[in-house]
Amino acid sequence: MARAVSTRTKVLNTAIAGTLGFLMFFPILWIIILSFKTEEDAIRAPLEVLFQSGWTIENFLTVQARSDYFKHFSNSVIISLGSTLLGLIIAIPAAWAMAFVPAKRTKDVLMWMLSTKMMPPVGVLVPIYLIFRDTGLLDSLIGLTVVLMLINLPIIIWMLYTYFREIPGEILEAARMDGATLKKEILYVLAPMALPGIASTILLNIILAWNEAFWTLNLTAANAAPLTAFIASYSSPEGLFFAKLSAASLMAIAPILIMGWFSQKQLVRGLTFGAVK
Amino acid sequence: MKMKNFLLTAGTMAMMVGAGFASAEEITVATVNNNDMIVMQELAPKWEEATGNKINWVVLEENVLRQRTTQDISTNGGSFDIMFIGAYETPIWGKNGWLAPLDDFANDANYDLEDIFPLVRSSLSADNHLYAVPLYSETSFTYYRTDLFEKAGVAKPTSQITYDEFRDIVAKVHDPENGIYGTCQRGKAGWGENMAFVGTLANAFGARWFDEQWQPQLNSPEWNAAITYYVDLMTKYGPPGATANGHNENRALFKDGKCATWIDATSAANDVKNPANSKVADITDFFQAPKQATDKGTGWFWSWALAIPASSQKQDVAKDFLKWATSKEYFQMVGETKGWVAVPSGTRASIHEDPRLLEAAPFAATIKDAIFSVDPSNPTRDPVPYTGVQFVAIPEFQGIGNFVGQQVAAALAGDVTVEEALAASQDFATREMTKAGYIK
Amino acid sequence: MATKASRTAARLMISPAVILLFAWMIVPLVLTLYFSFLRYNLLTPSGNPFVGFENYYWFLTDPSFTAAAVNTLLLVGGVLLITVIGGILFALLLDRPMFGQGIIRIMVIAPFFVMPTVSALVWKNMFMNPVNGIFGRIATGLGFEPIDFFGNMPLGAITIIVAWQWLPFATLILLTALQSLDQEQLEASEMDGANWLNRFWYIMLPHLARAITVVILIQTIFLLSVFAEILVTTNGGPGTASTTLTYLVYVASLLQYDVGMGSAGGVVAVVLANIVAIFLMRMIGKNLDA
Repeated sequence: MARAVSTRTKVLNTAIAGTLGFLMFFPILWIIILSFKTEEDAIRAPLEVLFQSGWTIENFLTVQARSDYFKHFSNSVIISLGSTLLGLIIAIPAAWAMAFVPAKRTKDVLMWMLSTKMMPPVGVLVPIYLIFRDTGLLDSLIGLTVVLMLINLPIIIWMLYTYFREIPGEILEAARMDGATLKKEILYVLAPMALPGIASTILLNIILAWNEAFWTLNLTAANAAPLTAFIASYSSPEGLFFAKLSAASLMAIAPILIMGWFSQKQLVRGLTFGAVK
Repeated sequence: MKMKNFLLTAGTMAMMVGAGFASAEEITVATVNNNDMIVMQELAPKWEEATGNKINWVVLEENVLRQRTTQDISTNGGSFDIMFIGAYETPIWGKNGWLAPLDDFANDANYDLEDIFPLVRSSLSADNHLYAVPLYSETSFTYYRTDLFEKAGVAKPTSQITYDEFRDIVAKVHDPENGIYGTCQRGKAGWGENMAFVGTLANAFGARWFDEQWQPQLNSPEWNAAITYYVDLMTKYGPPGATANGHNENRALFKDGKCATWIDATSAANDVKNPANSKVADITDFFQAPKQATDKGTGWFWSWALAIPASSQKQDVAKDFLKWATSKEYFQMVGETKGWVAVPSGTRASIHEDPRLLEAAPFAATIKDAIFSVDPSNPTRDPVPYTGVQFVAIPEFQGIGNFVGQQVAAALAGDVTVEEALAASQDFATREMTKAGYIK
Repeated sequence: MATKASRTAARLMISPAVILLFAWMIVPLVLTLYFSFLRYNLLTPSGNPFVGFENYYWFLTDPSFTAAAVNTLLLVGGVLLITVIGGILFALLLDRPMFGQGIIRIMVIAPFFVMPTVSALVWKNMFMNPVNGIFGRIATGLGFEPIDFFGNMPLGAITIIVAWQWLPFATLILLTALQSLDQEQLEASEMDGANWLNRFWYIMLPHLARAITVVILIQTIFLLSVFAEILVTTNGGPGTASTTLTYLVYVASLLQYDVGMGSAGGVVAVVLANIVAIFLMRMIGKNLDA
C-alpha cells in the first residue's frame, strides 16, 4: 500500500498474521522438533518435549540404516524432474498454439483435458497394472515418469495457456514488422516474457509429482520406489515410532520444502491460472 | 490377451531396455514393518555375504503390503521374489497355484522341516503341499500387570476364566485418574485388526460366522451377546479413542504402562518383556484368553511366513534365502545378537527347548502350550463349513471381515447400536456370499 | 489474423498433447468398461465370464454407496468452504503492511509442500490421537475430556487435514489476485466515504470472483480423488462415516479384489465426476470469458 501506515497498525498486523502463520506452520515445526528426540521423549507432553528433553540425530541414522534414503531420494528427483521436463516439451507447443491461434473449440479442448484428471486412479489401477506388466514397465522409472507426466499434463497446459494468453499479440506483430526472424522473435521477445510463467509451472509440477502417492506406491517395488514408498514403511509399525516417523517424514519433505521456500516468489508469480487480468 | 497385441511393440522395446538391468543374484523381498522382520533385515547381510547375492527390501505397513502383494501375485506381476504372507493367504494362494511349493525342504536334513510345529506346517499348506515357511506363529492370550493386580487384590487366574469374570477383574484394576485403563483391546476396524479379537470373543460366546450351508449367522443372539459385551467393556474400561487402536497402538500403550490387561498376540511378548523396549517388562505376566459359553476357538492362530510366488524367475536363490531365514541357525543368531528374549516364537521345537531361551524367556513355555491348544479345523461350538479361528479361510472373508469390523467400530464409537451394526453386517455378508455363489 | 497455415501449424502443435491425453483417458476407460461387465475377482480365478450389468447392480446397491456419495460432497464442500473463506481472510491479512512479510508468507504456504501421506500420519498420531496427541494432551491438561477425532468426527477430522494442505494454495492465488487490484479505485471509494465492509463487498470481492472460481475448479479436481488421507487415518470408518466414492472403489477393487465391481464403481465415479465437471465448467467458463 502506498499510504503511510502507523507503526502500531503494522505491529498489530504482524502479530495477527504471525500467529496464524505460526499455527499453519506448527505441524511441520513439530515434525522437525520430534525428529531430533528419542522415541521415549517424543511421546511426552508437549511442554516436556520442548524444555525437558535432549536432542539426538540417532533417528536419522536408524532410518538411513534401515532403508536406503538416497536411492529413494534420487528416484523422486528423477521422476519429478523427468515428468516435468517431458510435460513441458509436450505442453509448451500446445499451450502456445491455444493462446496465439485460438480456435472456436480451444476452450472446450482445454476443459476436456482437465476432465481427464477426474478419473479416480483407484478405479483404473488394475488395467494400468496389467498394461505395465505386459510392457515390462512395472517398477521402472520410465513408466512412472510417463504416468506422472500424463496426470499432470492438463494442469501444465492450462497454466501455460493462461500465462501465454496474457502476452499481447501486438508485441509479436511489432517485432515481426521490424524484421525479426522467428528465432529472434522467440529468443528475444517471447522467452523473456514467458519465462516467469514457465518457471512457476515447473515448480508447481515438481511439487505435485514429488507428492503423488498412489501411482508411485502401486507401480513400484524396489527399483523405482520414490520417497512416498519410503514413508509407507514408517507408518504404524510395532512399538513407539513418533520420532522415527518424524525423521523419515522430514527427510521426505525437506527437499521440496527447501525448494519451495527458495523459489516461492517465482512460484507465486505464475500461479494465477488466469485469475488475474 | 488382446491387450498384449495392442501394446506389443512398446512392450518389446521396454523389455529390451529392462533386460539390461536384470541380474541373477538380486532378489526383491516384500516385508512388513514388524520388529521381527526388521531384525531379519538387519541380519540379512550375513546371508548376502555368504552367498554373494543381494536383497532389495520393500518394507511396507501391513495393510499396504497385503494389498500390494495380492495385487501383484494375482495379476502375475512378478515384482517380488519373496513375500511375507500370513496363515490366511497361504492356503488360498497355494490352491490357486500362485505359490511355489516348498516340499523339497523336507529332504534337507540340516533344515529339519519336522522340527517346525505340525500345526504351523499344516496351516501353511494346501492340498498336502507346503507353500510357506514361518518366521513366527502366535495365538492370543491375556497380558496383565502383576503390580496392578496385586494392588487391587486380584490373584492370577490358574484356570481359564470366563469373560464375565474377566470383566470383574478389569473393573477392579481400572484406574483412569492415574492414567491406567482397565483393558486395552483392538478397536481399529479391519479383519486382521479388531475382528481378530472380536472373532475369538464371538467364538467364546458360542457364535459362528456361517452355518453348514454358508448362511451368515451375524444376527444370531450369540453375536449380539458378544458385541454387546465388547462395546460395554471397552466403553467402561477402555482407553479413549479405542476405534483408532490396533495391535501396534495397543502394544505401545501397554508397554508405556497405560493398560492393566490386554488380550492379544503371544508374539508381542518378547517385545513387552524386553526391558530395552518396555517400561513394564518386569511387571507383566500372562494367562489364558477367557472363555464364555464354550472354550473352543478362544485363542486365535496366526503365522507370518515367507513364500515364493510361482512367477519368480529366481526360485533357487529365493529358496536358499527362505531356508536361511527360518533355519535353526537363524533363530540362534537372533538370540546371540539381539538377546534370547527377542527370538521369534512359536515355530521350532528345538528352539523352544533351547535352555538359553528358557532362561531368558521363561514365558516361551506358556506360549508353546497356548499355541498347542489351538485347533483351527474345529474353531466353534456349533459345526461350521470352514477352517480358521479368527478368520474364515475363503477369499471373500477379507471383504466381509472388513465391513463387519467397520460396523463393530461404529458400534464402539456409539454411532449405531449393536443391533443395527449386526443387522447391517448380516445383510452385507449375505450379499457377498450370494455374489460369490455360495448362496444360491 | 491467424492464417490457414498458422492454423495447421497450431493443430500440429496441439496434437501430441491431445493424442497422449486421449490415449491416457481412453485405454484405461475402455478396459475399465470391459472389466465392469465381467465377473472378475483377483482371488478366485474363474475365467472371467460376462455378467452384464450385475456389477453395477452390486455397486449401486452397496450399503455404503449412499453414505459414500454424501460423504464425498461433504468432504469436497467442506474443504472448499474452509479454504475459500480462510484463503480470502489470509489473503486480506497478508496484503496489509507488516514486518517480516516474507517469513510469514513462507510459514503460511509451507503445508502445500507436504506429501498427503505424511500430513495424514502426522495429524493422526501427533495431533489428533486422544492419548498421546497434542490436542489430547492440551485437553487433558486443562481438565477436559480429550476429543476422539477419528471415532466421533472422522469426516470432520479428515476435512481439517485436507483443508490444512489446500489452504495455502487458495491463499496464494487469492493473494496474487488481490495484489493486482487497482489501489486508486480503493482509495477513491474510501474518500467517497465507503466503509471497509462496503469496499470489500463491492470492490474486492467482485475482483476476486475469477480467482475464487479458479480455486474451486482446481481444488475440486484434486479433492474428488482424496484417498491417502482416508486410508491412513480411518480406513473409511467407523462404519461408513468417512467412506467416500473414491474410497469405496478402493475397497471394492483392492480390499475385496473384486475388479469387476471396482470397475463398475470406477465408471460410476467417472460419470458422477463429469456431472460435477460440467457444472463447474459452465460456471468457470462464464467467469473466465468475462
